[in-house]
Amino acid sequence: MSPAPVRMFLKTRLGTWTGFGAAAIVLFGLAPLLLSGFRLGLLAQFICYAIVAVGIGLAWGRGGMLTLGQGVFFGMGAYLMAMHLKMADAEFRNGPGAVPDFMELAGIRELPAYWAPFSSPAFTIAMILLLPTAFAVLLGLAVFKRRVKGAYFAILSQALAGAFAILLIGQQSLGGFNGLSRFQYFFGFTLADPVNQQMLYFIAAGVLLAVVAIALQLRRSRYGELLVAVRDAEERVRFLGYDAANVKVVAYAVAALFASVAGAVFVPVVGIISPASIGIVPSIMFILGVAIGGRASLVGPVVGALAVAWAQTALSEQFPSAWTYAQGLLFIAIIALLPGGIASVFKRFPTKRTPVEAAA
Amino acid sequence: MDLLVGQLFTGLSTGSILLLAALGLSLTYGQMGVINMAHGEFIMAGCYTAYVVQQAVGDAGASLLIALPVGFLVGGAMGLVLETLLIRRLYHRPLDTLLVTFGVGLILQQVARDVFGAPAVNVAVPEALRGGVDLLGVTVPKTRLFIMALAVVSVAAVTLVLRFTPAGRRIRAVVGNRDLAETAGISSRRVDAGTFFIGSGLAGVAGVALTLIGSTSPTTGQSYLVDAFLVVVAGGMGRIKGAVVAAVALGALQAVFETYSTASLAKVGVFLVIVVFLQLRPQGLFTLRTRSLA
Repeated sequence: MSPAPVRMFLKTRLGTWTGFGAAAIVLFGLAPLLLSGFRLGLLAQFICYAIVAVGIGLAWGRGGMLTLGQGVFFGMGAYLMAMHLKMADAEFRNGPGAVPDFMELAGIRELPAYWAPFSSPAFTIAMILLLPTAFAVLLGLAVFKRRVKGAYFAILSQALAGAFAILLIGQQSLGGFNGLSRFQYFFGFTLADPVNQQMLYFIAAGVLLAVVAIALQLRRSRYGELLVAVRDAEERVRFLGYDAANVKVVAYAVAALFASVAGAVFVPVVGIISPASIGIVPSIMFILGVAIGGRASLVGPVVGALAVAWAQTALSEQFPSAWTYAQGLLFIAIIALLPGGIASVFKRFPTKRTPVEAAA
Repeated sequence: MDLLVGQLFTGLSTGSILLLAALGLSLTYGQMGVINMAHGEFIMAGCYTAYVVQQAVGDAGASLLIALPVGFLVGGAMGLVLETLLIRRLYHRPLDTLLVTFGVGLILQQVARDVFGAPAVNVAVPEALRGGVDLLGVTVPKTRLFIMALAVVSVAAVTLVLRFTPAGRRIRAVVGNRDLAETAGISSRRVDAGTFFIGSGLAGVAGVALTLIGSTSPTTGQSYLVDAFLVVVAGGMGRIKGAVVAAVALGALQAVFETYSTASLAKVGVFLVIVVFLQLRPQGLFTLRTRSLA
């Protein structure tokens, strides 16, 4: 489909702009024109997963860090946004300092102190950007500076997702097992209005393009080369005088930031966030799309995540059993037989030999 | 005093459950540097083995005695198939193996759901193991004592096999230095397969034992898997000694946290302790001394 000349063209400056232009036309022009409101909402939801996937592609595909806990950062962004929406709803109904509806049902009369600042939109957005990133930097420093890597890191990140979900289930002031749902307004706009739903879709699509642009810039920078070098030969990079841990922390933190933003967009689009969508299993499911699309490629994770999410929606309701088998088989088949994902199929003339295998 | 003994016992009990789940995992990791995410599903297979055997035999006591070896064989056979068909072919790609075995786990869960149904099933506890024993002023359920004993026996058996049998010697040789072992004429392939059989068999045994203290559902294995992984990580991957110490320590830690806070906070506390602990010993409690850079 995309033979060598096309690939070469896409690597030029003009090619990059053409690629982004084409994506923008599809996302902002064709999709709203062709899809119904309901389907556009679904696409917005899938795009949120794709944003997470871009981050995973950076950390895992380029950096060799298999992060099985992106649900944590996704959940952080989602819950922070949900807290603001709940606060805004409550204030709209009952004036400042009001308690969100689910707390009233749970018998919580006083607003918990940590909720109060989230009535400010600016504070919320700042936290969505800063909190997960800071957390990822701290955790990354703790882990990578001590040269904990490979499977150890994968297991730790997975345990983190498990612990985070369990922690949230225990928090009644965050909705507990049921999570947060039933939002009315999004920064003053009624969520029930189809026009505003379309606006949310445009926000999601815009964020996706921005995230891909950032990832592309990182890949083409010297940092991107260093990241791949750390993936393929960490010791050698260290002997050259670089601190491999710092290189990894940056990629991990960027992936966390992407996931957090995706979570924040996900909440108004889907209208609910609960521990069930951020625990161990959802976190590892983020990986599936990235693996299918091609972990080391730029667009591969996006396409893979969109495809998996679409298949999930289309198949899981009608054939829940068959879909689970398909997921398992996809994990096995893609990773065992096609570790470069679908992106590697199009690579007719590979420049490097099996870079992915060296990542393991 | 009673509180202390009670605490101690809860810790040991939780620890022995963790240990049973983690022992096989530690063995297979040490052997091949491979994280087997389907290990939890092997535990689940052990649980359902106990259930099926009880349906067939009827008597709870006899079925438990039959189910233990059968569970070992079922788990072991599944491990053997997995090793031969997939893991062997992904050698040198440990992270990919992790994801592939996760896919296997997904499929096994769905198989269990399709065969046994999604709702949990229960296995009757034998008459002899019902009730409790008074121990230093604390009433201790007999099932928990049985699991502790089983954990001790399993560790002893693995240790004896590793230390005194020719097969165990070969396993230790391959773990210590694969290339050198091959040079000495050991077929590392067969040793890999053998280790996987034993490790997965232990998961089956763990599954049979776990039916005594809880009901069985297709996701049973998953709930034990992450904790088992943490034990292996904290203990030093592939070290039986490390797994034992880490399991008991984590069990005790969880028991203490749960006394002073909630069960959900206890999980988070344990995770934090492990991250801090890895600052001190990044390779876990006990490590195999090598001269490799990693």
